[in-house]
Amino acid sequence: MAEPVTAGSEDLVLAGLTKKYGDFAAVDALDLTVPSGSFFALLGPSGCGKTTTLRMVAGLEVPTAGTVTLAGEDITRLKPYRRPVNTVFQSYALFPHLTIRDNVAFGPRRKGVSKREAAAEVNRMLDLVELGEYAGRKPAQLSGGQQQRVALARALINHPQVLLLDEPLGALDLKLRRQMQLELKRIQIDVGLTFIHVTHDQEEAMTMADTVAVMNQGRIEQMGAPEELYDLPRTTFVANFLGRSNLVAGSVTGTAGEEVSVQLDGGTVTAPVERAATAEGKVWVGVRPEKVHLKPAGDPAGGRGNELRDAVVSDVSFAGVSTEYVVRLPSGQELMVFEQNHTSQRRLHSGDRVDLTWAPEHTFLLDAAQDASAGTQFDDE
Amino acid sequence: MAHVVPTEIPDAPPAPEQQRRGLAGYLLLTPGSLWLAVFFIVPTVSLVATSLYDPSGSLEFGYQMTGHVQNYPHAIAEYWDPIVRSLQYALIATVACMILGYPLAYAIAFKAGRYKTILLVAVIAPFFTSFLVRTLAWQYLLGDNEWVVTFLRWLPFTGAELQLINTPVAVVAGLTYNFLPFFVLPLYASLEKIDHRLLEAAGDLYASPFRGFLKVTLPLSMPGVVAGTLLTFIPAAGDYINDELLGSPKTRMVGNEIQSLFYAGDYPTASALSVALMVTIVLLVAVYVWRAGTDELV
Ligand SMILES: Nc1ncnc2c1ncn2[C@@H]1O[C@H](COP(=O)(O)OP(=O)(O)O)[C@@H](O)[C@H]1O
Ligand SMILES: [Mg+2]
Repeated sequence: MAEPVTAGSEDLVLAGLTKKYGDFAAVDALDLTVPSGSFFALLGPSGCGKTTTLRMVAGLEVPTAGTVTLAGEDITRLKPYRRPVNTVFQSYALFPHLTIRDNVAFGPRRKGVSKREAAAEVNRMLDLVELGEYAGRKPAQLSGGQQQRVALARALINHPQVLLLDEPLGALDLKLRRQMQLELKRIQIDVGLTFIHVTHDQEEAMTMADTVAVMNQGRIEQMGAPEELYDLPRTTFVANFLGRSNLVAGSVTGTAGEEVSVQLDGGTVTAPVERAATAEGKVWVGVRPEKVHLKPAGDPAGGRGNELRDAVVSDVSFAGVSTEYVVRLPSGQELMVFEQNHTSQRRLHSGDRVDLTWAPEHTFLLDAAQDASAGTQFDDE
Repeated sequence: MAHVVPTEIPDAPPAPEQQRRGLAGYLLLTPGSLWLAVFFIVPTVSLVATSLYDPSGSLEFGYQMTGHVQNYPHAIAEYWDPIVRSLQYALIATVACMILGYPLAYAIAFKAGRYKTILLVAVIAPFFTSFLVRTLAWQYLLGDNEWVVTFLRWLPFTGAELQLINTPVAVVAGLTYNFLPFFVLPLYASLEKIDHRLLEAAGDLYASPFRGFLKVTLPLSMPGVVAGTLLTFIPAAGDYINDELLGSPKTRMVGNEIQSLFYAGDYPTASALSVALMVTIVLLVAVYVWRAGTDELV
């Protein structure tokens, strides 16, 4: 996990970073601190400004406003070839006319390392990415996954203070992607450098990163450890983009001690005060589908604190380890409920009348001014 | 540069199209092959045959096929100077095309933005007028009383009797002018194909823009440079129009000599000289392409 930020540390700090194309702000006054040595994921839907942000850090794009500071030094206006930062491009951008060996040696050679010294380092790097035997080939003779690893070795050999990875696994098929995720994580731990990994795949971000920053429309929505973000989203966008959420409209009736009470259509629920992004007026009451439990309607046993009564199961789909239910509330709103498949438990069927129940500590409250469907339209990516 | 001449690729997957060359392939090849057979192979064979005729024959009384190989040493010895001069002029013109054409093609490919099309049309525009007419215009332009010469004479370090027309400079200038588009167009096509992200990657890997050019752009544009030099050098070495209109008896190129010999009716010598020139050019080009196929050229 991230170490606390201290003055004069090695961190990468983006302050008020903005990039405008005409009137359109691709990156909008972005503030971000990337702790040194961390595996940092920048997660967001396509077009939210991730590449533009990376390019400004790499020096390939000049910011309209704001600064980029690395290890205490302002590098905002530094030419790309003078920055201690390297990029693994989404397209890999391997030099087609050079062998794998020469591609990897490109950085050290430009920095004036002798051919012989570079050769030793190149071999070490190619071994690290397990491509030693391909050193003499041209990029076109390698598969996508191998090219991806060459791109990684070509960047890593320079020991950059920050390694930028722009959707490095985007072009790979699912199986290879999973495998490369583990490999990238292993390499990052091995070399101990700061990795900024850009992706639109929330699962990828959560499995790989120490810290995830969720980006939307040129801004950071929320940042934190993956489990923190998942457990306690602070905006509807994060609630929907990172996993799935049920959001039900309600209004706060009061705060008693550590508990906020919210009046909903089907009853009253409570949530811990520290899990409320807003604790007055209209709110979205949020709960993750797997935190909700279904019980037969009217059954007083098995309640977990928060309850919504008189719902009807409208769809059941069996997904192996769990069963996914769609449940319709009296208000007509449909919620998702994922139940683990324990043998002891009775399977429910469409049309069954049920009550929903979940614990107050799994509840979160969000500002009702936000769009409840923000972040849902990217589900299929 | 390995992509100029494909060298053997270790472990390359076998070309999949091998078994697919069926009837359609032959049908598609037929018109072109017929054309080449009628208008290239037949004339070439006839040219080679003519170069071996008895030189004592004449157009009126006919030639005898005597396998007179001595036509070759005779023609080469007699016309050694024009042969060497042609190769020199063609080489200088090609280098001049490279010096003028590379920045031009580079600017059109990378810097022209929305003016790209206009600039390309401008490069091709001279083709709308005939080669002959344009060279005649140069004859006029380089004349003793025209502003180019007047201006050059006015400069402090040039003599008052400076002349352009009828000098090697005029011939080489004409060749350069006439063949420049043939250098620029293939080079432009080659530069245009270069993925701009490669240059960003070079910058990201500590190459200054100039080093990036040397290490990435230049090597990747070599196919265009090779194509351009061939399309310039080969026709320039055999050209006779530029010398005819801009040169003098002292600057005669081999093309002019061949033309004169044909006019004079000395078919065997003319043919021998043609074949000798052809073989020389083919050999030079073969060596050049072979050298360009290795990494030493860049
Ligand atoms: N050169 C450009 N000119 C105009 N708009 C651009 C340019 N580059 C990016 N954009 C816009 O900026 C937004 C962010 O782009 P990008 O950073 O590539 O997004 P991401 O990498 O998150 O998919 C997009 O809407 C894109 O259309
Ligand atoms: Mg992108």
